[in-house]
Amino acid sequence: MTDLLYTQVEEELRAAVRDVLADRCPPAAVLGRIETASPYDLDLWRTLARDVGVAGLLVPESLGGAGASAREAAVVLEELGRAVAPVPFLGSAVLATSALLAAADASAEAASWVRRLAAGEVTAALAVPFSASPYRETGDTVTAGGDGALSGRVAAVAGASVADVLVVPAAGALYVVEAAHAGVEAAPSLDLTRQLATVTLWEAPAVRVAADLAGVRLALTAGAGLLAAEQLGVSDWCLDTTIAYVKERHQFARPVGSFQAIKHRLADLWFDVARARAAARAAADALATAKDVTEDAALPVAVAASWCSDVALHAAEEALQLHAGIGMTWEHPLHLYLKRAKSVQIALGTPGDHRAALAELADLPSPA
Amino acid sequence: MNEADIRERARAFRAGHDPADRLAFLRARFDAGLAWVHFPTGHGGLGARRELQRVVDKELGDVPQLAPGKMAIGLGMAAPTILAFGTEEQKKRFLRPLWTGEEIWCQLFSEPGAGSDLATLATRAVRDGDEWVVDGQKVWTSGAHHSRWAILVARTDPGVPKHRGLSYFVCDMRAPGVEVRPLRQITGEAEFNEVFLTGVRLPDDLRLGEVGDGWRVAQTTLMNERVAIGGGDVRRGGGMIGMVADTWRERPEARTHDLHQRLLRLWVESEVTRLAGARLRAQLSAGQPGPEGSGMKLAFARLNQELTGLDLEMRRDEGLGYDDWTFRRSEAVDFVGRDPGYRYLRAKGNSIEGGTSEILRNIIAERVLGLPSEPRVDKDVPWKDLPR
Repeated sequence: MTDLLYTQVEEELRAAVRDVLADRCPPAAVLGRIETASPYDLDLWRTLARDVGVAGLLVPESLGGAGASAREAAVVLEELGRAVAPVPFLGSAVLATSALLAAADASAEAASWVRRLAAGEVTAALAVPFSASPYRETGDTVTAGGDGALSGRVAAVAGASVADVLVVPAAGALYVVEAAHAGVEAAPSLDLTRQLATVTLWEAPAVRVAADLAGVRLALTAGAGLLAAEQLGVSDWCLDTTIAYVKERHQFARPVGSFQAIKHRLADLWFDVARARAAARAAADALATAKDVTEDAALPVAVAASWCSDVALHAAEEALQLHAGIGMTWEHPLHLYLKRAKSVQIALGTPGDHRAALAELADLPSPA
Repeated sequence: MNEADIRERARAFRAGHDPADRLAFLRARFDAGLAWVHFPTGHGGLGARRELQRVVDKELGDVPQLAPGKMAIGLGMAAPTILAFGTEEQKKRFLRPLWTGEEIWCQLFSEPGAGSDLATLATRAVRDGDEWVVDGQKVWTSGAHHSRWAILVARTDPGVPKHRGLSYFVCDMRAPGVEVRPLRQITGEAEFNEVFLTGVRLPDDLRLGEVGDGWRVAQTTLMNERVAIGGGDVRRGGGMIGMVADTWRERPEARTHDLHQRLLRLWVESEVTRLAGARLRAQLSAGQPGPEGSGMKLAFARLNQELTGLDLEMRRDEGLGYDDWTFRRSEAVDFVGRDPGYRYLRAKGNSIEGGTSEILRNIIAERVLGLPSEPRVDKDVPWKDLPR
């Protein structure tokens, strides 16, 4: 039976992550960092990855990880979303790690990278556009030469600018390329707290770790389901911050939160977020317990991904409107959440992509 | 009393009683504490945790069951209120026949001049010795035509502000002066009634709670009403979305992209609402009740309205018909029965009955989110001096 609550261990992990973020990643610090040369906070990432141990959550103990599951990773993502923390957890510890983990039984090379990732020694990125979805083929912009060297270009890769190693789907197989052999060029990203970069490979030395892309599909499914937890965290912050603001802001000699026009919007948003929590928990639990992730978790993942994407964006847009003028300023951190919410709506399958997948998963056939 | 004890008790009861006589069986089940296990011993329960009822229901799955259609108000609203505020004698008198279905209950709350603002109601109850004399008019009374008893809120002191002058009674629907008139609805049938109360005499031992405390007692009833309307344990893809999904599956020729997009969105919303309900029940079982219940009824109303409208649209020509407009009195409140045209029309009431969606949003905003209330001009004014 699906466990939709949080266990005590999960709550303890949440508290540990939240403590670190409260101390090291307050909104002012994030605002201060985004326009510097290093928008990702690698010191913070090392603390989370090594000291709190989040890098190895999805990795079994036999490969040096924590032997936890998607349920724990989801709790971490809720907190990272709530803080719009500029760390490469999703790209490295979820997407790249999941893809390599799927290859680790058959490939000693993959297993060895997984160990180093779990220990927080290295950071990886899955070289697919952040807009890739579990429902479409990847790796069609990179070719493998006769000697196994890779050439091609992948745009909008999350976390590539801070990755030591790239996990690259190319021509139907999966490769590992050390970042030093690739050209990585960051460009301005809509989401200021998750920089995207273009990866260019020119006869880059690569090691093939899998002969198919099953691991990439698995990683994208897990990524979409866990992104729902990040979206939940974004929604929580937007809702909480807006409720606090409308209690404090006075117009017409009353708190604006006493007007029904405002209250009703927040009441609706609150229940949208409550349902997002249930959906995100269901997806994380399905990912944690599925025998075959791409089969057994596909439906709860598609439900959570479509619902939580829309709710997070709606929460950020409502937060901006209800903060009114102050919400339009660069100084207030709200825009970081709006930009994150809009980016992750597009990422790992749009809500429409996930709903389209449900046509088959829920037996609601498309028109002929 | 733990799960194993209750299972044991239910099995022993099943082995020792012949279900052939339905009523005798139900009465004995009540007396054995297997009616609603979370009620106290002696009143149909065992003082156990509410979710353990499932254990009993599973063990007694093959025996005569309640016919809950007409009993919804009794089971869902009157019983928890009687349990919370009734005297021992009242609990003894009312709970058993209520649970077995021997006595049906209705709710005399809303009035022509008191809908969302229920506390402004005008039906008077005036004390006369050991009796109260009730005069007034109630409306939207589902099932009054079947009912033996009603839960009634009436004004006992017009000289104090509206919330403070109310008292709560059990009304004898057979008493002289009670007149029930059917109220025909947009579906063609009459599920509701108008109830006229003219010089109705109720003995004081039919009062529930203290004189002047009727508003607090009524809150217990209303909270349970919203749980009853929004609750319910459905499987994935079941309930109203399941009916509409079947319409879609059975009519490939009617499929368009527009209908498909709308169906998929509603399927997702139905599923996340179902999950929120499941999460709420899991929180209750774990002893951490969450406030999500107040959102469930809002979502239920919106989804039912959207889904039933979509269903008619998918049916095209068939959606242009209607099964039967004949004026009749319905047997029970039924949100899904009859045909899709009935469902479409009946669903319009879901955002009105049991607290309008707007009132529910106020409740969520104020009680869950802690937002300040609107300024109230009628809070400290005696009821008799309010403009109306």
